[in-house]
Amino acid sequence: MNDIIIIGAGTAGLSAAIYARRAGKKALILEALSYGGQIINTPEVENYPGIKNISGFDFATGLYEQAADLGAEIEYVRVTGIESNADGSKTVHTTDGDRECKAVIIATGAKNRPLGIEREEELTGSGVSYCATCDGAFYKKKSVAVNGGGNTAIEDAGFLSNFCSKVYVIHRRDEFRADVHEVEKLKAKENVEFILDSEVTALLGDDELTGIEVTNKKTGEKKELEISGLFIAIGQMPDNTAFASVVDLDEKGYIIGKEDCLTNTPGVFTAGDCRTKAVRQLTTAAADGAVAALAAAAYCG
Amino acid sequence: MAAITLTMDNFEAEVLKSSEPVLVDFWAPWCGPCKMLSPVVDQVADSMEGVKIGKVNVDEQEELADKYGIMSIPALKVFKDGEVVKESTGFIPKESIEAMLRF
Repeated sequence: MNDIIIIGAGTAGLSAAIYARRAGKKALILEALSYGGQIINTPEVENYPGIKNISGFDFATGLYEQAADLGAEIEYVRVTGIESNADGSKTVHTTDGDRECKAVIIATGAKNRPLGIEREEELTGSGVSYCATCDGAFYKKKSVAVNGGGNTAIEDAGFLSNFCSKVYVIHRRDEFRADVHEVEKLKAKENVEFILDSEVTALLGDDELTGIEVTNKKTGEKKELEISGLFIAIGQMPDNTAFASVVDLDEKGYIIGKEDCLTNTPGVFTAGDCRTKAVRQLTTAAADGAVAALAAAAYCG
Repeated sequence: MAAITLTMDNFEAEVLKSSEPVLVDFWAPWCGPCKMLSPVVDQVADSMEGVKIGKVNVDEQEELADKYGIMSIPALKVFKDGEVVKESTGFIPKESIEAMLRF
């Protein structure tokens, strides 16, 4: 039997695997897609203590190799649920059968929040994007829009304005959560236009996005914008519905847990962006991994 | 069969006029998810018979990227008889790539 099963191979999950192995526990990581998590989309990481500059891919690969070299195992399967057994052990259900263990660490992270409008999934990769730094280069000299009012949206708009002919910033309110200084810098750019108090209400185009319909929330007025790319930057959302029967979730779907990484079920721990917390950064994900792994190791006895 | 490097010069002969289906991986060196997907595509290349697998570096082959409407990478496209018959963007697991190549 495995001592600890870790669900998710992002920064939190891989850090947990390193600490679990160093505590002498048998650790199995279950990952639905690829190792690395959200950070692999980041070209440059410059805020991880002790590393001045590294690509997200290199960071994730280093973390993965460190965990693997220490003897952590990884399987690429999707977890569909967890059961807590009478003797305190856990059964983890996957798309490829069950896995037994003494303790589980849920480190499923978060993903980009979709707008939730018609044809969004169909047009993703054909004009709809959630990552300006990944896909921006394909929109040189074209008109694009960024939807959102946080730091990511404002940074994305600034990045795109360097090479796109026109950048619309669409935000549902008339004030920004983003850094005031960054918003002012963006406002000064000639090819950037703000459309405030507004929402994207329809995606236009057959096989590729050719435009969007924008609705002003205050006046109800609708207008169409001709654009080739829509970059959606309206925040993150967790993916924990498979665990709702074993751990308490908050109204947004995050696992309710504090800095001790415990959940309401003994033997089930949570680490990283998937739990309720104020700061979601690489450093806090790595820290959670360590805390959860040591707590899980203690639970295993 | 190992994956081949595709360019404007060999695309027609290797892909459009190929007698077998071709899986084309559009990627760039600065793209993290592309680097995650690339070894998975290589595994498929090694394990599947009757399909050809090629890679297009979109930084070096802007014309090809443009021609096939690449707006997000990694992008996988399956060509059969010179036409795109299946496509996907973003990282997908090995099983999903293999499923794209079953006809």
